[in-house]
Amino acid sequence: MSGLGDIVTVVLVTAGALLFLAGTLGLLRFPDTLSRLHAISKADNLGLGLIVIGLLPQAASLTGGLKPICVWLLAQLSAATASQLLARTIYRDPAEP
Amino acid sequence: MTLLLDIALVAWLLALAVHVAVQQEERSAIIALLAFGLLLGLAWVRLAAPDVALTEIAIGGGGTAVLLLRAEAALRGRDRQEEEMTRAGKLAVAAACAAISAGLGFAVLTLSAPAPTLAPAASEALAQTGLGNPVTAVLLAYRALDTLLEKVVVLLALVGVWSLAPDGLWGGAPDVKPSAVPAPLSYLARVLPPFGVVIGIYMFWVGADAPGGTFQAGTVLAAMWLLMMMAGLTPAPDTARPLLRIALMGGPALFLVIAFLGFVFAGGFLAYPEGFAKPLIVAIEAALTISVAAALAMLVAGPARKAPAR
Repeated sequence: MSGLGDIVTVVLVTAGALLFLAGTLGLLRFPDTLSRLHAISKADNLGLGLIVIGLLPQAASLTGGLKPICVWLLAQLSAATASQLLARTIYRDPAEP
Repeated sequence: MTLLLDIALVAWLLALAVHVAVQQEERSAIIALLAFGLLLGLAWVRLAAPDVALTEIAIGGGGTAVLLLRAEAALRGRDRQEEEMTRAGKLAVAAACAAISAGLGFAVLTLSAPAPTLAPAASEALAQTGLGNPVTAVLLAYRALDTLLEKVVVLLALVGVWSLAPDGLWGGAPDVKPSAVPAPLSYLARVLPPFGVVIGIYMFWVGADAPGGTFQAGTVLAAMWLLMMMAGLTPAPDTARPLLRIALMGGPALFLVIAFLGFVFAGGFLAYPEGFAKPLIVAIEAALTISVAAALAMLVAGPARKAPAR
């Protein structure tokens, strides 16, 4: 059980970290704000989600596992809202950098 | 491996600190300061001080940065007659800052090893307070006077902000709602507060036995209230409203009343009677959490911008 759980953790957390790396690269390299938002949202939602699922086998108890899932859901909610608000500002007023 | 993480953390902190200092553009510097606060919180976690980490992230990172961002937005676009600082003035500031850094560095380097500590004494007396978290015991039992003054300082800061209101608007409501509320903001303001309020109350309640406490809980509650005010779901209150004033004063007032009752029942200012320490501390913390939440929200909301309703 613990061997399989550890493998799941290593694979998923690595994948999540790679997504964060790719998202950060996109944030630094993409030409305009909307594409940069797109890149960072991927890292936020999917990357954090993979890391949370990857950490679940290491949770000591049921509530210990539920907490990171709640963190992920709340992070998704706030990240999605922030992206929408930023994108909206740029859409309305393209002169803003 | 953890040493590598620590070195990276320190390098990031130093780089961000330099960036904040040399950045010409104010908004960029403030956002860097916010990131600095978050990283400093991580550093406190690495030093095994989760209570300090939570406060640092909530107040040092989030709260301060929001206040600065709002101040920057208020000043943006105004005709600023900036007087260029003279070379001598710049040198004086640089010398003073360098002297403080050098003094601090000297003080840290000359600390006796092992450092003098009161930690064993704090843990030993913990049973008398009935608390499980030694940090809360220090804040509300051993060094309660510091905590009391700390909360009064927050109120004084709010008095400073409120006094910026023009005479005609004194006692009126601050203006936090944008002219058109974006739909995503309105959605977030409907979905998030139920969770935020539960998390805030949990942070206050768990503070007696685990990391958490009034400032952390107050910040979360203040953020939820501000979110609802910004989305226009609830109007910003008149600053002269009695209920608001009671909420603001309640925490420090209850603290002072219990402190003076200590003369009668426990033989000294800020002393708790035997066996009643925990319920009294929890009562003070509850009132303080409400006061801190109201004060922080009103600090961010700013001075009155509308005439008071009469």
